[in-house]
Amino acid sequence: MGIAVSIEQVVKDFPGLRALDGVSLEIAEGEFFGLLGPNGAGKTTLISCLAGLVRPTAGRLSILGHDVIGDYRQARRQLGVVPQELVFDPFFSVRETLRFQSGYYGIRNNDDWIDEILDALDLTAKAETNMRRLSGGMKRRVLVAQALVHRPPVIVLDEPTAGVDVELRQSLWQFIRRLNQDGHTVILTTHYLEEAEALCGRIAMLKQGRLVALDSTHNLLARYSGHTLTLRLGGKAGLPAPFAGKATGAEGRWTIRLGNLAEVEAVLAGVRAAGGVIEDMQLAQTDLEDVFVSVMQDGKSDVAGVMR
Amino acid sequence: MTGFRTLLIKEVLRFWKVSFQTIAAPVLTALLYLLIFSHVLDAQVQVNGVRYTAFLIPGLVMMSVLQNAFANSSSSLIQSKVTGNIVFVLLPPISHAEFFLAYMFAAVLRGLMVGVGVLTVTVWFAPLTLAAPLWILVFAVVGGALMGSLGIVAGIWADKFDQLASFQNFLIMPLTMLSGVFYSIHSLPWFWQQVSHFNPVFYLIDGFRYGFFGVSDAAPEKCLAVALACLCAVAWGTYTMLRRGYKLRY
Repeated sequence: MGIAVSIEQVVKDFPGLRALDGVSLEIAEGEFFGLLGPNGAGKTTLISCLAGLVRPTAGRLSILGHDVIGDYRQARRQLGVVPQELVFDPFFSVRETLRFQSGYYGIRNNDDWIDEILDALDLTAKAETNMRRLSGGMKRRVLVAQALVHRPPVIVLDEPTAGVDVELRQSLWQFIRRLNQDGHTVILTTHYLEEAEALCGRIAMLKQGRLVALDSTHNLLARYSGHTLTLRLGGKAGLPAPFAGKATGAEGRWTIRLGNLAEVEAVLAGVRAAGGVIEDMQLAQTDLEDVFVSVMQDGKSDVAGVMR
Repeated sequence: MTGFRTLLIKEVLRFWKVSFQTIAAPVLTALLYLLIFSHVLDAQVQVNGVRYTAFLIPGLVMMSVLQNAFANSSSSLIQSKVTGNIVFVLLPPISHAEFFLAYMFAAVLRGLMVGVGVLTVTVWFAPLTLAAPLWILVFAVVGGALMGSLGIVAGIWADKFDQLASFQNFLIMPLTMLSGVFYSIHSLPWFWQQVSHFNPVFYLIDGFRYGFFGVSDAAPEKCLAVALACLCAVAWGTYTMLRRGYKLRY
């Protein structure tokens, strides 16, 4: 497998803000890669640098070996981007929009492929409808279609399911998964960690423009493996002191991260000894959300050089 | 060059789909100018031996070409920037030259369509001659290209609609209205005649009018030289803006 995307020491300064602070990573061909981080972490800036919409202050980015600045025409041919904002051209129908987008990439007579994408995204019935008349979910699907008209080997989806209903989210997941199985490299940014956990083979986490985690989803989950115990306590007694330090929450509802399952008994015994009454109890396995919170709270870089 | 071809077709369709607003409306505006000014002045004024209404028609035609060429590229770009769909033309491998030429030629086409429209509805009001038809076409195309390029500059520079309106109201409008559309600059006091010679639009209108009557305030060759020099300068500036990604690629 070759390298689909290479990002080397990328820095981006905006007036009064360093949006990216020396980000380096490589994404292999055929990967399903997740880019996570809180708002303002630099995810969209990084993607925009890759797409040539933002010019890095320092560093180098390339797509399938084509530099995004020096060889921008070839680099852009390799890349399909689904932007985060729900943008559209109100003058044209869905089909016109897709024909124009094909033409911008130098592709004429692309109707067969356009029909195939429309069908896959369940847009065939809306092909001749003006973009203004589509619902938000439909517009989102057209954005996905626009990113695919030139059959790019690398696809970037910047929060494709933001504000999308459950049904469409599921069908988009299915569609994107199929693209990846067909050999496309997929880069996904999302706020839904459940989405990243379900889809991405490898994940990078950004915080304030720095890469703070980069590993396979499996390893990330394993590293923070364990369970969390959530208790709702009645009565006057609170959580006993030894556990209160490890717990998060308030007002009688506490979540405690456990090193191992045997600790459950110790916590329950402690609560009983303190005179607490357990009204509700949940035992859950660590998920990506716990990993994300830990990484973001910790904040130290967990990345040694460029890893793949 | 298919990126260029597609972008050009898209830009032409964009104004064609709303042609009532982009072509019919400016034709009506020009017709109103003609009706009012010819009613007031036709009996009293002759310019260079030409009836005032006949003198006015080429001026109005050229003014419409210039203003609409500017309006086309500037409004298309500002709309795309404000709504965010500019990203659709920034993501593909369209070169800076293709981008520039597509927006510029679409602007020229809109200008020419409006110009032909204005000529068609005004030609009935006074006898017009065609002393040098090629000059008419050359000045219309060069003028449309110059204003189309300026429209690209303004559309990229402006972040909001009111900034674009300022550009239009405080630069383009005075330059066109004070360029000799409605009068010969020889009728102006000496000082304002000299000032008019620094207005590039004066040369466009004057050269265009020469094509009809065979007479002009300045020599047509000089008019063309000034127009081409201005076009080259603005085109180079626009291309440089695009190459550097000014306000498009941050």
